[in-house]
Amino acid sequence: KMVAVRDALQMAMDEEMEKDDKVIVLGEEVAVYHGAYKVTRGLWEKYGDKRVIDTPITEAGFAGIAVGAAMGGIKPICEFMTFNFAMQAIDHVINSAAKGHYMSAGILNCPIVFRGPNGSSAGVGAQHSQCFAAWYGACPGLKVLAPYSSEDAKGLLKSAIVDPNPVVFLEHELMYGVDFEMSDEALKDDFYVPIGKAKIEREGTDITLVAFSQPVGFALEAAEILQAEYGVSCEVINLRTIRPMDAETIINSVKKTNRLNTVESGWPQFGVGSEIIARVMESEAFDYLDAPIFRVTGADIPTPYAKNLEDQVFPTAQNVVNSVKHTLGLK
Amino acid sequence: YSTEYTFETRVCDAHKMEAPPTSVTTTREECLALLTEMMTIRRMETASGELYRSKKIRGFCHLYSGQEAICTGMVAGLDRKKDGITTAYRVHGWAHSLGWPVENVVAELLGNKIGVSNGKGGSMHMYGENFYGGNGIVGAQVPVGAGVALAYKYLNQEGVSVSLYGDGASNQGQVFEAYNIAKLWDLPAIFVCENNKYGMGTSAERSSGNTKYYTRGDYVPGLKIDAMDVLAVKNATEYARAFALENGPIVLEMETYRYHGHSMSDPDTTYREKDEIKNMRTNYDPIISLKARMIEAGFAEEAELKKLEKDVRKQVTAAIAIAEAAGPPEQDQLIAHILSGEKSTNVRGCDITLSYSE
Repeated sequence: KMVAVRDALQMAMDEEMEKDDKVIVLGEEVAVYHGAYKVTRGLWEKYGDKRVIDTPITEAGFAGIAVGAAMGGIKPICEFMTFNFAMQAIDHVINSAAKGHYMSAGILNCPIVFRGPNGSSAGVGAQHSQCFAAWYGACPGLKVLAPYSSEDAKGLLKSAIVDPNPVVFLEHELMYGVDFEMSDEALKDDFYVPIGKAKIEREGTDITLVAFSQPVGFALEAAEILQAEYGVSCEVINLRTIRPMDAETIINSVKKTNRLNTVESGWPQFGVGSEIIARVMESEAFDYLDAPIFRVTGADIPTPYAKNLEDQVFPTAQNVVNSVKHTLGLK
Repeated sequence: YSTEYTFETRVCDAHKMEAPPTSVTTTREECLALLTEMMTIRRMETASGELYRSKKIRGFCHLYSGQEAICTGMVAGLDRKKDGITTAYRVHGWAHSLGWPVENVVAELLGNKIGVSNGKGGSMHMYGENFYGGNGIVGAQVPVGAGVALAYKYLNQEGVSVSLYGDGASNQGQVFEAYNIAKLWDLPAIFVCENNKYGMGTSAERSSGNTKYYTRGDYVPGLKIDAMDVLAVKNATEYARAFALENGPIVLEMETYRYHGHSMSDPDTTYREKDEIKNMRTNYDPIISLKARMIEAGFAEEAELKKLEKDVRKQVTAAIAIAEAAGPPEQDQLIAHILSGEKSTNVRGCDITLSYSE
């Protein structure tokens, strides 16, 4: 069955709300308006005002309240209209939620999911179009997930909701409307994708491409082009979890292909790709490398509005092709 | 024509201060200028809506239609040389009233090179002299605007700084933090809540524990103004300006209405009735009421105002043609202005083969 990412996310929340009445959804426009991006559509009608709650546009306040509610014994799904607005509340994500369990030597628990669209968007300028994976990925005490497909979206979000830790769940606005095939198994209400495990989306022998979120699609597209035009076989890894990172899957793949490129839409400096490279350099996979590792990233520039400029700051399959050709010394 | 006339405006609700006088004396020239400004913004917004629907404007586009009396009346009541403005993302009308011609405002929406921000900012991000945006993050502009007041006070500029936010943003904690600091430090800050009754799809009653926005500064005095009346807005702005320079911060609630959805992507179907919008457009429209007043005062006849509307339409259409013809920004704009005072070199592009230098 073909299912849009948006509907897979809705399904995940619906199923978990049905199973556990401690699960609630709160955020801006999640109830009456059905969500700014319609991800929560139908939940308010089904679960009512008590469990699907519209908040004022006050991120610091409602994120902090959601954290307290999680500590107090319920399981909030806190929707940020976009992760750009979550910066108003990042103190609660990092200082209140992520560190509470450790600081209290296990007395505090904070089973909460912070979710919403993250990363590049189209034509919305510098303040509404950037990736926060590296920001949250840096913080111990958090789990950070980034789905690509509808199966990822459903299975990971369900795992996030039942996880006893604070989870930052990074969706992608431009993927909400994209349809993916979902298996019968994935449509069932006991389908969970494990946190901390990457998925090999495509097997290959010449180079490993590691990506997460929307850029997984660019890596897969580039893999097709490279196979067809250059006879290069790419192994594509969908990271799925940013933190804890599945270094093992990456290392095993590099030991097989001997080359690695990373693909993300965030800024290059201190990015997820930088971290992956460091992990590989620190592992036994270093000895297997036949070429330096290169990153495909967003350009090191605030997002411009004009389309001709914006097109140059977020990666596409072509950038992946360029990077792989550079790695392999192909003309 | 008569040249001067005194109108009665609605009494302002006042919080911890005296309300301004309700009589406003104005002239034919002033009314013509205010009317032309409001008509121009209305036409520009209608045209922008069309450009959005024809996919020439991308992303977000928040129209100001219905709220024109606020930017028009406030700018008329401020000293442009001395006073600062900091507003949110519903900024097209403000950019125009603060001096940007229609072609530059619309070019920004189109992402074209003659745009207010060279096409790099987009519809939410416009700036100018004593004009600090254009902020896309709800509420974030309010402390920034108070900071502008600190600078003006520090520099003995004798200007006020106006920070605008909607009823939706009014609940942001940082708004109250800004009120408090402005009061503590006696900043010449005017906090203006443009209450258009809905923060996106949430009505004021569903977002705010107290919808008397002019009282929400608590210890900061406030006024509630009929902001469908441009003369009332101008009158209150002049009054508030003098008050803020003398006494420190003040909160103004501008009671207004937005005719379109929150943005172009808001279908505007779930949270308010069509009849409500129609009632506001028919009975409270700031352009229609100013026209009626001008006729009542003998400032103009119906025919002259009709012709004015036609001329405005023609001018806006011509300006949009200029905006469209300008074309996109040049490639050198990609890395221009990343830092102030220095050129960027070796800026990394999306892959290792791409690098940019100024």
